[in-house]
This record gives sequence, structure tokens and C-alpha cells, in this order.
Amino acid sequence: MALAVDWQRDDYSRVPYWLYHDEELYAQEMERIFRGPVWNYLCLEAEIPQPGDFRTTWVGDTPVVVSRAKDGTIHAFVNRCAHRGAMIVRKTHGNAPDHVCIYHRWCYSGDGTLVGIPFRKGLKGEGGMPADFDMKAASPRKLRIANCCGVIFGTFAETCETVEDYLGAFGMGMVKRFFHKPIKILGYSRQLIAGNWKLYAENLRDTYHASLLHEFFVTYGVDRATQKGGVKMDARHRHNMNHAYTATDTQEEARAAYAGQQGVALDRMQLKDSKLLQHVPEFADRMNLAAPAFFPNGLLIQINHSLGTRQIRPKGVGAHEVFQTLFGYADDTPEMTRHRLISANLVGPAGLVSMEDGEAIEIVQKATKREGAAATVIEMGGRGPVKDLAHRVTETPIRGFWSYWAELMGVEAPGGIR
Amino acid sequence: MSAVPPAAPLAAFDVPREVRDAVGDLLAAYGLLIDEDKLEDWVALFDDACDYKVVTRENVEQGLPNVLIWCDNKDMLSDRVHSYRHVNEYNLHWDRHVIGPPRFLGQQDGAWRFEASYALFQTDLEGASRLFSVGRYRMAASVASGAARLRSVEVVADTGLVPSLLATPI
Repeated sequence: MALAVDWQRDDYSRVPYWLYHDEELYAQEMERIFRGPVWNYLCLEAEIPQPGDFRTTWVGDTPVVVSRAKDGTIHAFVNRCAHRGAMIVRKTHGNAPDHVCIYHRWCYSGDGTLVGIPFRKGLKGEGGMPADFDMKAASPRKLRIANCCGVIFGTFAETCETVEDYLGAFGMGMVKRFFHKPIKILGYSRQLIAGNWKLYAENLRDTYHASLLHEFFVTYGVDRATQKGGVKMDARHRHNMNHAYTATDTQEEARAAYAGQQGVALDRMQLKDSKLLQHVPEFADRMNLAAPAFFPNGLLIQINHSLGTRQIRPKGVGAHEVFQTLFGYADDTPEMTRHRLISANLVGPAGLVSMEDGEAIEIVQKATKREGAAATVIEMGGRGPVKDLAHRVTETPIRGFWSYWAELMGVEAPGGIR
Repeated sequence: MSAVPPAAPLAAFDVPREVRDAVGDLLAAYGLLIDEDKLEDWVALFDDACDYKVVTRENVEQGLPNVLIWCDNKDMLSDRVHSYRHVNEYNLHWDRHVIGPPRFLGQQDGAWRFEASYALFQTDLEGASRLFSVGRYRMAASVASGAARLRSVEVVADTGLVPSLLATPI
């Protein structure tokens, strides 16, 4: 089915609601976006340190295994048996010299190549597979992977930009910033949000909402629009980073700026125990908030001393999982590890500055279902070309996301901005 | 299966009747105070030097320390409730806890250690209910004068895939 989208504007400041609800469109996204010329975030190298280690992950709604082979090389392949289509690896993680499908015991090497078929030559000259069956050709589809400073990306595309070009100078710079020394995994959190996956991708590009929806940010001075900060994007505007610098505004400035904003209160109260918010800048750039989001499914996030990655896992047109991996550095002191865990109160499904996203997305999904031709308004921060900004009263990067989404889906607005 | 195997449960006769009754009352109050939206009273069930943590079974099985919530004293717990009351936005709902009987594990530092299974249902304001979380509590409580006070609560949620978000305590 050929798609046609009435964008109303060439700058993607209007997005019709049916794009969050249409099953056919969703199926095409799985092909054109997640299997398109993009680098998907898969996992971290630190999760599979030893030969034989594996992790299961998702690219769009395709199950994928990331595995370290005996020779130490990292591979990713579709988690579906070449024979009858069963999921080969059922655990979330583990260590195995090879992977055997339970159904008929077809066996795959660590790089996902089909290497064994029971009774392939039959028994006593009877039965078995045809002699010309090509095991290598029948192997599950493999992804090309790229290891950027310990962050594993994967692509289904035969040809596409290098990951360095894809992430751009700012994206690569942020990967190097977060992963400038060895990390240790602290654990995972998962959240199932009853909303289309793009609502989460947009949320990550909407710096306007952060200090309004997440009132904890403002009330306790973790992050306010009055702090020095802004949004940065790659040249194609598909990736975005919301960022802010610690202690660059005063309580007076913030009080004046938020005065009279409905539902947002400063100074309403103090934490009885404020250690949660203790922050000593640990990066040379002194940012206390950095959230580079990589099209289509990845995010790195620092909020004070909480560090993590997130992966968006679409679960049908009306739901997605947010899979979060928290980490610290291998040389963290026990006190710092404890502080990072205390800081985990800020993020994740119960996060004091993140829980609201789940609710905001679900109420958009609920209220937009019936009026597909109506459109969302994306004008905060201005219309027209998409540009980096040295402030955060903006949702401009959402328009950048839609511009690239439209390009991959083959539905760019006539004369649409890029 | 579990990375941190529970200690062998004590024989029934090792736990005084008074302790069993007090812990039973404590568990009943624990669930119902949350379900009745009396969260400040729920906080009052804890000792001042207390610890409340929500972790997931997925992390525990792997020996990973990540938390969904961790309040390592009563002030932090109180801050959580204040934030929930005044700052956070969340899905509007009613909670309903169903808590199984405690299995006693022993005594440590003057507190009784025990475990109990829970199921937590959520009902939205139009009356639609769903299973929100199942798992177990690993608790420690001191018992004096027939009343138990919570020293520590570790919620080990089997339901690591949190539906929507986690705002009210488990």
C-alpha cells in the first residue's frame, strides 16, 4: 500500500494523529525505519564480556540475539530458527558455545550460522534432508554491527552510512563522553507504555515538557529552563540532545520565570533527605543533564550521577517497552556505586523525574484514536528550518525527527525541510 | 534458581504466637493503608532507621543491584510520599494488595525476618482492573508489646515489566 500523508505544512509542525494508530503504517515502519538505513542501538559490550556470552534484544519488533563468538568477535542475528521459525534463544542472557533450537535441535554457532541438523543424512539411508540443502544460505538473517566505544549498534541495511557518519560529530562525541572509561552494569528496568513508539521518540526530543510535566525537576532545582543548556542535533536533525549545565541559574531567576505558570511551584518544600540530589560534576563539560537520543531507538542519559541507556522496543502499534540499562564506571568507589543507585530513584518507571512520561504518552494515545485527520501542533521554538538552539523552550527537534521519518517512509512533505 | 537463596524457614514452634499475630496485623495494615490512600500512615509503620527498596527479580537473579525505588531511611520514604502527593503526575487509580501469609526466616539484630507473596491490582477511575504487580516481600520487623514495626522492606517484583509506571508504593 502506498502511503500518503497530509502534512499541512512543509516544516512538519503538524503531524496527523493517524500516524500513531495505523496498523499498516506500523508494519511499514518495521521495514523502512528499523530495517532501513539506520543504526539501531542493540546493547552494551560490557553485557557480553566473555566468549559465548549472549543477550537477546529487539530491533523494532524483531527479536535479535547479540552474541560474542569463541574468537571474541561480536555478532547479531535474527532470533528465529531457519527450520520452523521458532525462537532459538529463549533466555534474556547467558553463555553458550552455540545455540540450539529446542524444537528439532537445529544448531547455530555463536555468529548465528546454521551448523547442525539432526538426522540430516537420515537413518540407515532413509529420511533426512535433500543433499543440496544449503545450511549457510538458510542461516538466520545477520545484522551488521558497529562497536562504538562499547556501545553496540546494528543495521539490517546492506549499505548505509558508517556509524560515525550516522551519529555525526556530536553523537560520536556524546558516546565517547559517556563511555570514556570501562563501565560496570548496575542493572535493568522495563516499562510497558500503552502508546505508539513514536510518542516516546518525540518525548525525548521535546525539551519544553521536561521542566513542566516533571515538576520534581523544577521544585528541587535539578533541571530548570532557566539553566544554561539547549538542544543539539546532527546535520540531518534525526538525533537530538537535550542538555543543561549545573548551577547556571539562580533561585531568583527561576522563581521569576516560573511565576504564575499553572501547576508548577518552586520552593513548595524541601526534601528532608537531599542526598538524592547531591551532584559533583564528573564530566569535563560540567553538564548535569545530558540526553542524546539516537534515531530510531536509542538514548544515552545522564541525570546528575545516574547514567544509563534506553532502548525503545515497539510492541504493536499501540504499545512500546522502554528498556533501560543503568551503569556506573568500573573504578567507582563503593560510595559512588551506592550514590548512583540512590540516584536511580530519579529515573525509570518509578523515577521522580520520569514516571510522568508513561502517563502523558498513554493519555495522548487514548485521546487521539478517533480523530486521525486532526493534527498535533509543534510550534514551540518556532516554525520553519530546524536548528540547534541555546535554550530549551522548544520542541523543534521533534520536527527534525518527523522530517527524517518522512524521508525513510517515502512520504516527505512537498518541499519539506530536512 | 534465585541468586540469593532464602534461609531455611524456622519450624513453627520457634516463632512465638505474639510475634505471629503482630506480624499478621502489620501485613494487613501494610496493604490496606496503601489501598486506602493513607500513605502517611503507611510510612508510620516503619522505624526511623528503616530501608524500603523495590527491585525486580530479573536483576536479583543476575546479582545486579539496580533499584526502581530505594529509600534508605524514613526521611527519604517520607519525601517519596510528599513528592507523590504534591509534585508527581501519574495514572489515576486505586490499589488493591492481596498479601499471603508470612514465612519466618529467623531473627537478626533484634528484628524478625520473614517473607510473603503479594499480588497488587490497579483499578482505574472507570472501574477497569488489571494485575499490576506480583512478587514477594522480604521484610524485617521488630516486635514489642504486641506490635510490630518495620525495619526493612525489600519488594522483589516478579513483574519487572512495569505496566505504565510505578507511583504508589508496593
